[in-house]
Amino acid sequence: MQENEVPQDEALFDGMSEVCYALDQSGRYVLAKSAGWEPANIANLQAWDVIHAEVAAVLARVRAGELSPLAFHMARHQMDAKLLAGYAGLFCWQVRRHMKPAPFRNLNPARLARYAAILKTTTEELCRLPERSGAAGVDTEPPLPSREG
Amino acid sequence: MQTPFPHRQTAHCESGVIANLLTHHGLPMSEAMAFGIGGGLFFGYLPFIRINGLPLTTFRTTPGGIFNRVTKRLGIGVACKNFKNPDQAMAELDSYLGRGVPVGMQTGVYWLPYFPPALRFHFNAHNMIAFGKKGDDYLISDPVFPEPVVCAASDLARARFAQGALAPKGRMYCITAVPKALDLAPAIRQSIRGVCRSMSAPFPLIGTRGIRFLAGQLERWPARLGDRRAILYLGNLIRMQEEIGTGGGGFRFIFAAFLQEAADVLGESRLLDLSQRMTAVGDLWREFAVAGARHCKGRAGEGEDFGDLARMLRRCGEEEGALLRELASLVR
Repeated sequence: MQENEVPQDEALFDGMSEVCYALDQSGRYVLAKSAGWEPANIANLQAWDVIHAEVAAVLARVRAGELSPLAFHMARHQMDAKLLAGYAGLFCWQVRRHMKPAPFRNLNPARLARYAAILKTTTEELCRLPERSGAAGVDTEPPLPSREG
Repeated sequence: MQTPFPHRQTAHCESGVIANLLTHHGLPMSEAMAFGIGGGLFFGYLPFIRINGLPLTTFRTTPGGIFNRVTKRLGIGVACKNFKNPDQAMAELDSYLGRGVPVGMQTGVYWLPYFPPALRFHFNAHNMIAFGKKGDDYLISDPVFPEPVVCAASDLARARFAQGALAPKGRMYCITAVPKALDLAPAIRQSIRGVCRSMSAPFPLIGTRGIRFLAGQLERWPARLGDRRAILYLGNLIRMQEEIGTGGGGFRFIFAAFLQEAADVLGESRLLDLSQRMTAVGDLWREFAVAGARHCKGRAGEGEDFGDLARMLRRCGEEEGALLRELASLVR
């Protein structure tokens, strides 16, 4: 890759740039700033599409009463039961149980507060679902990156 | 407390951290040289390891490997420590910083507030350097960022104790002793030998054999997985190859830059030719990513079905294999 061919396809970095290796005119390698590269952007946004779809699917199941709000907040943070169990110092099966509505309702405040702290939210937020909004019906905070427009 | 620290933005975090740490300790080194001496170049397609349900493809050696090899091959003294208790881990960090010693750390990226949201995945093998503390904030030299950044203590503690695959467990490291001068030549020879050996290893999933194996698998993805999942697999492969931290072309360009520097150190002009060929291999990988990404967008053109993609991969593998064989004969 030549220095003047270094791609500048902005999409992911919030105005930041990465460096990549390119050849200058004399054929020596130099570090060149790049705002991003379209193929990498496409692949990254595809990964986010998968996460969005997963969050939407979980949210629908929570609304249908199949899963507890905890499951939604986990999906929002790209967490599965194993990962959250690691953070909470619990067994995987315990987290899986708390992803069901009835056991979740019976959780004691201390456990709820622990989950809320891990997921960077408050106990009230943890027990609540986002308002229905927009066509996708997913309102996340912090918002997950997505394609513009 | 703050030590002046020579922050340089680099393409890859681990080689950037070790290069910047060595430079701080009076042994100026480029990222490419650190990557090369660390024997960073690799290929592995490990479908039995799944990340978010997608098979793992790697273009570099195991996390920590570059650091370990660079320090060992150059005779640099290091102190490494893992922790169970976050408070202890942060206290130890503070005590080093208080003495003016910059400290490298392994962290997750998901909880780092300064990371662009689009790059926040649960990836735990990130590396960075803390070189000072202001109140409750740490001054961080994160080598993939243009400037030093600031990170609150609570966020840093979270990142150091991220959970999941490759959990960092608060791992921190610093340089304790450096030789008077670096003897690069033997380390370069040793590392090139190591890379050539691992890339031609007699296992079907790694090295150039691994690239060939992946090509065979990729060809069958649409039939085996259906179009939707095949495209997810393909997109994941492109991410591993091109997402931030690779310097482009799945680390092939960094390695080519290393070969250029190695040519100067060893006084071996043939390495320059091989560097050029490695650049050409990197360009082939980039072409593969371009064609693959068009697939992901559903805009594949003529001659770009999965069979054609597999052919492009095989060509990458062949060119790389031939090049590495010549390289091995140069440093024997």
